[in-house]
Amino acid sequence: MNNPFLSHNSIISSLGFDSASVVEGVSQEVSGLKLVDNPEIAPHPLYTSLIDPTLLQERFEALGPQKEYTRLEKMMLLALNGTVAPAQLGLTERVGLIVSTTKGNIDLLSDQDAFPRERAYLAALAQEIKDFFGFKTEPIVLSNACVSGIMAISVAKRLINEKKFDHVFVVAGDLVTPFIISGFNAFQALSTEQCRPYCKTRSGINIGEVAASVLITKNPKFEIDGSVEILGDGSCNDANHISGPSRTGEGLYRSIRSALREARLSADDIDYISAHGTATQYNDEMESIAFDRAGLAKAPLNSLKGYFGHTLGASGLLETIIGMHSLRQNTLFASLGFRELGVSLPLNIIKKTTAKPIDTFLKTASGFGGSNTAAIFKKMKG
Amino acid sequence: MNTDYFIEGYCHIKNNRVLLNGEPLFTEKKPDFASFIKSVYQHFETDYPKFFKMDKLSKLAFMAADVLLKNSGRPVNEEENMAVVLSNRASSLDTDRRYQESIDDPDNFYPSPAVFVYTLPNICIGEISIRHKLYSENSFFIFDKFNADHLWHYSKSLINHKKADAVLCGWVDVEGDDYDAFLYIVSPKGDDKHKIEEITRLYFTQ
Repeated sequence: MNNPFLSHNSIISSLGFDSASVVEGVSQEVSGLKLVDNPEIAPHPLYTSLIDPTLLQERFEALGPQKEYTRLEKMMLLALNGTVAPAQLGLTERVGLIVSTTKGNIDLLSDQDAFPRERAYLAALAQEIKDFFGFKTEPIVLSNACVSGIMAISVAKRLINEKKFDHVFVVAGDLVTPFIISGFNAFQALSTEQCRPYCKTRSGINIGEVAASVLITKNPKFEIDGSVEILGDGSCNDANHISGPSRTGEGLYRSIRSALREARLSADDIDYISAHGTATQYNDEMESIAFDRAGLAKAPLNSLKGYFGHTLGASGLLETIIGMHSLRQNTLFASLGFRELGVSLPLNIIKKTTAKPIDTFLKTASGFGGSNTAAIFKKMKG
Repeated sequence: MNTDYFIEGYCHIKNNRVLLNGEPLFTEKKPDFASFIKSVYQHFETDYPKFFKMDKLSKLAFMAADVLLKNSGRPVNEEENMAVVLSNRASSLDTDRRYQESIDDPDNFYPSPAVFVYTLPNICIGEISIRHKLYSENSFFIFDKFNADHLWHYSKSLINHKKADAVLCGWVDVEGDDYDAFLYIVSPKGDDKHKIEEITRLYFTQ
């Protein structure tokens, strides 16, 4: 029995409106983070990666919408169109839709006139997406803090293995809003400069926005150049603190072990780690402890936050798609912003974008509520 | 692989009442949710000061889990590997609105992180996991209404693929003074068969 695998994929971001142009930007070490001085987002200038509203509107209109959609819906519909259109798959009862978001249309809480009050409910957002493409099944919304994007892949895989669906489209997205910025600021977690994950001089997070989508299926007909199979995954809780990372990296360590066990692999089989790396003191330190405990200190590792910032409920999916392309190109992308190791245990941070044959990668994420997810992907023989 | 599983026990908190396996354990009419859930906490002699820092959704989920697990007659600990899979309609919108009101006020643009952290629905899973030391699989789903089909598939998949030995599963929804909690335990042992129709029937049991 073959494993579910990742097929068509798309990214809507400050670095481009499709996976290929975004990956090209990353391979050139271009960051989508810019210093933005906009009182509608924050009362002080900050580094963030935003989707160009004019470009978004222009691209979205090309889809021929019949009614008004929110900004996040436009981003998500465009991302999903980037997977639904090339897949040319009949949207039957066997095709699932998973929507991953932490905050959905949260901007509607401060702007209550533009859309009905109901639209702030995540199921209402998902319903709009379902109706736009004509999905037959009830959408599944996953909202599990900052691990949502990678957990959505795991949930899709599990539902396919459980024979609930034959194919699942996952779409993930979150916005940069005053709601989010003020919250992370209240935690004193925001950096005033471009973020530097795992670096000695790191000073916190940048928040960014993207939407991303992927098709997950078992049907070989949908295998594309670059497809990766999902070998194993796990999502374990820290059972320690609702906002602070565990000092022992417990949940992340257990998630990695769970994924490795299912994949029947050992730590030495991992060619590359696409880690979470938010560039806060506590998160990056926690990850170094978990990776060390899991025997992964030597595996080449990056955080992609230096390119996009932390894109919340979309980050895990975005970073998995970049990881897929990394395998396809046999290239390890530089962990942008890193200079000198600033965590207590050794990590093999990728300092320069380098060509290297890679077949297997581990994606991890951690978030509030003590949540963690790890998933292992392998290049398909094709 | 598709072994039959069972619903080992279930708990409702709804309409001024707390019910365990359909039997009312506590009833008290209070004017609002906050005073009702506090009286539930006191009645069950919960003794967990962190409870008072939680938002409404976490208080509701926490109490439902506490009543169910304490009375389940099973040891709940790390070795037990009990996953937590919850769902609702309103996500964390009740707390989101409170948070939004505080940042709408320009004199208070940076409110306390203690409120912000609860603007995520899965925080209540974190609270349950901390209380019962569950280092286990956990996820939070949102649906327009109670979705027995999804909970059935997902909890079955966790046990089938050895990701969990049992699953604490259900629905916890709070908005204003409206609340609705229904939690149940899925496990390989018990009398009540784990079926979609049965989950739906129990959910609607008053």
